[in-house]
Amino acid sequence: MKTLKELEEIRQRTLESVNLRKDRTGTRVVVGMATCGIAAGARPVLMAFVEEIRNRKLQHVTVTQTGCIGVCRLEPMVEVYLPGEEKVTYVKMTPEKVKRVVAEHLVNGQVVREFTIGAEEKVE
Amino acid sequence: MELYRSHVLVCGGTGCHSSGSADIIEHFNRDLKKYGIEKEVKVVQTGCFGLCEVGPVVIVYPEGAFYSRVKDEDVTEIVSEHLVKGRIVKHLLYHDSLDASQEIKSLDEVPFYQKQERVALRNCGVINPENIDEYIAFDGYKALGKVLTEMTPEEVIETIKASGLRGRGGAGFPTGLKWEFTYKAKGDKKFVACNADEGDPGAFMDRSILEGDPHAVIEAMTIAGYTVGADQGYIYVRAEYPIAVQRLTIAIAQAREYGLLGKNILGTDFSFDLELRLGAGAFVCGEETALMASVEGFRGEPRPRPPFPAVKGLFGKPTLLNNVETYANIPQIIINGPEWLQSIGTEKSKGTKVFALGGKINNTGLVEVPMGTTLREIIYEIGGGIPNGKQFKAAQTGGPSGGCIPAQHLDTPIDYDSLAAIGSMMGSGGLIVMDEDNCMVDIARFFLEFTVDESCGKCPPCRIGTKRMLELLNKIAEGKGEEGDIEKLVELGEGIKTASLCGLGQSAPNPVLSTIRYFREEYEEHIKDKKCRAGVCQALLQYTIIEDKCRSCGLCAKACPVNAISGQRKQPYVIDQATCIKCGACMEKCPFDAIVKR
Repeated sequence: MKTLKELEEIRQRTLESVNLRKDRTGTRVVVGMATCGIAAGARPVLMAFVEEIRNRKLQHVTVTQTGCIGVCRLEPMVEVYLPGEEKVTYVKMTPEKVKRVVAEHLVNGQVVREFTIGAEEKVE
Repeated sequence: MELYRSHVLVCGGTGCHSSGSADIIEHFNRDLKKYGIEKEVKVVQTGCFGLCEVGPVVIVYPEGAFYSRVKDEDVTEIVSEHLVKGRIVKHLLYHDSLDASQEIKSLDEVPFYQKQERVALRNCGVINPENIDEYIAFDGYKALGKVLTEMTPEEVIETIKASGLRGRGGAGFPTGLKWEFTYKAKGDKKFVACNADEGDPGAFMDRSILEGDPHAVIEAMTIAGYTVGADQGYIYVRAEYPIAVQRLTIAIAQAREYGLLGKNILGTDFSFDLELRLGAGAFVCGEETALMASVEGFRGEPRPRPPFPAVKGLFGKPTLLNNVETYANIPQIIINGPEWLQSIGTEKSKGTKVFALGGKINNTGLVEVPMGTTLREIIYEIGGGIPNGKQFKAAQTGGPSGGCIPAQHLDTPIDYDSLAAIGSMMGSGGLIVMDEDNCMVDIARFFLEFTVDESCGKCPPCRIGTKRMLELLNKIAEGKGEEGDIEKLVELGEGIKTASLCGLGQSAPNPVLSTIRYFREEYEEHIKDKKCRAGVCQALLQYTIIEDKCRSCGLCAKACPVNAISGQRKQPYVIDQATCIKCGACMEKCPFDAIVKR
């Protein structure tokens, strides 16, 4: 026997997992998943995004994949599209870096400059 | 709970199922394992997406990539390219789902979906119908919770009445009134029943709702039980709908497990349970009194009304009987309020209606549009028009009870009243499109043959009358029609309509009467000129060889199964009309288009 409260819990919990079948508005995180990206470790990065977004219950963020973004030596690469803002490209991503990107960029709107392609290219 | 980065939704409706979607699901699961990503990508079997024409259909989220006509070998490519590497396999996508710059459009922008508004079908193709949690996630059983804890039966009735919802089974009776009658009827025991005996040739919306969103019907029936004061419900569904029956069975079991059916639902003192009753596929059992007789275990025959089911229904007790699609609207009216439904549709017909598009149309499938959408919008914008550049001739709505709508009424906004005004009816929502190659006499004959077969035989106007009408039609189609036959058909038809016992007989002449009304000249041609302009009525056809075009190759003579064609080299061949059985084999074989039928 379920109570109304339990039903609401099931609703919340399941919605998290089926939410991605809704339309694609809001923030998009795109992970480069061509052979170069996968070889450099894009898969754990992608799953880290999925998990981190779930943990923080971010309803309007979708995580998708794309093919080769073009700069294979900087893979795994991730592009973040916030509505109405220019896209931000992060390079050489790791699951640890993902945590910071989610916390600072997706939640608080602050680009993590040191991980972006601009910062990376300046150093070299 | 596991979290997946991608969901692969595979249509598991009857249409896609029969074109192999079960094998596709298996292949997906196999390939996902092969690449070791079975924990990242989830394959979900859903209900009907509506575009049965291009099935099996697969949609991959979050991208919303719409793959159509997916074959077994395509799965390999979708998994290795799209799911592993994130490259959408564009050449396998549904052709209308890409925009000019080859980017994927979201589903609501695809022409087929653009004009649709999905209320009854809202979960079809979105959730896994065999998983109650997914239904709950999209606000499922929220309406039931609200009704049981916040609303009195009177308030529910007022809400439904205020929404303007009318029965979706065809007759269009105001649903709120029906609920009120049953609520007010006196009785120690009451029942709630669902009519899922969808029998119109070409209609499959009820099946699709049961297959794609069975919990919506269960929830609505439970709400109905609370409202009218019933603790037992029956769903009468055709045994020919095995997938619908299976998903309903699963859904009922899950609802019981969650305590959403059974004793003390959601901890209240309200108890309600459901049972399935399988029908053997008799068309007359869609008539409410016949349906109830069949549920009780008697022969499915109608009886005169009144008393109406609301007073004396199942087992002699007051019974509320609604159609599947009607029920599917209820939970959302409760959640969104009556004003919401009021805002959709026309003045007297509120909300949406599901149509099953069939016949000569590009996008065969299931569509749901607001009332008041015109036939032209449905056929040309959503349906994608008529194949092979042919001319539209008529649309048939309401199946064997409805009528044909000719081209001059294409811009009529569709609702219950406008369809009745032009001699057709909403019916359960079958919509069959006909082009210049369809003969209207033949169409009338087809539907009448159906009703003659399906007439239960209880009342003579229907049993004998429809038979006589069919004989007249056969006579006309065979080239033996006489002056006065049309008048006889009309007279008989009007008589049958007035005198028959139930809806089956009362509406059986409609296809004949409406084709006479709009296409009388075709009937007259059959009778006076012995001509069938569409080239359908075989007795009125002749296959002939055009002498100038014939090269005497002899292929036609070889193809002829009855040796009706003779000839020799360098001379045109000839068809012996007395022997010819008009099979058309010669015409197919002729490489020079020298054989014509007229």
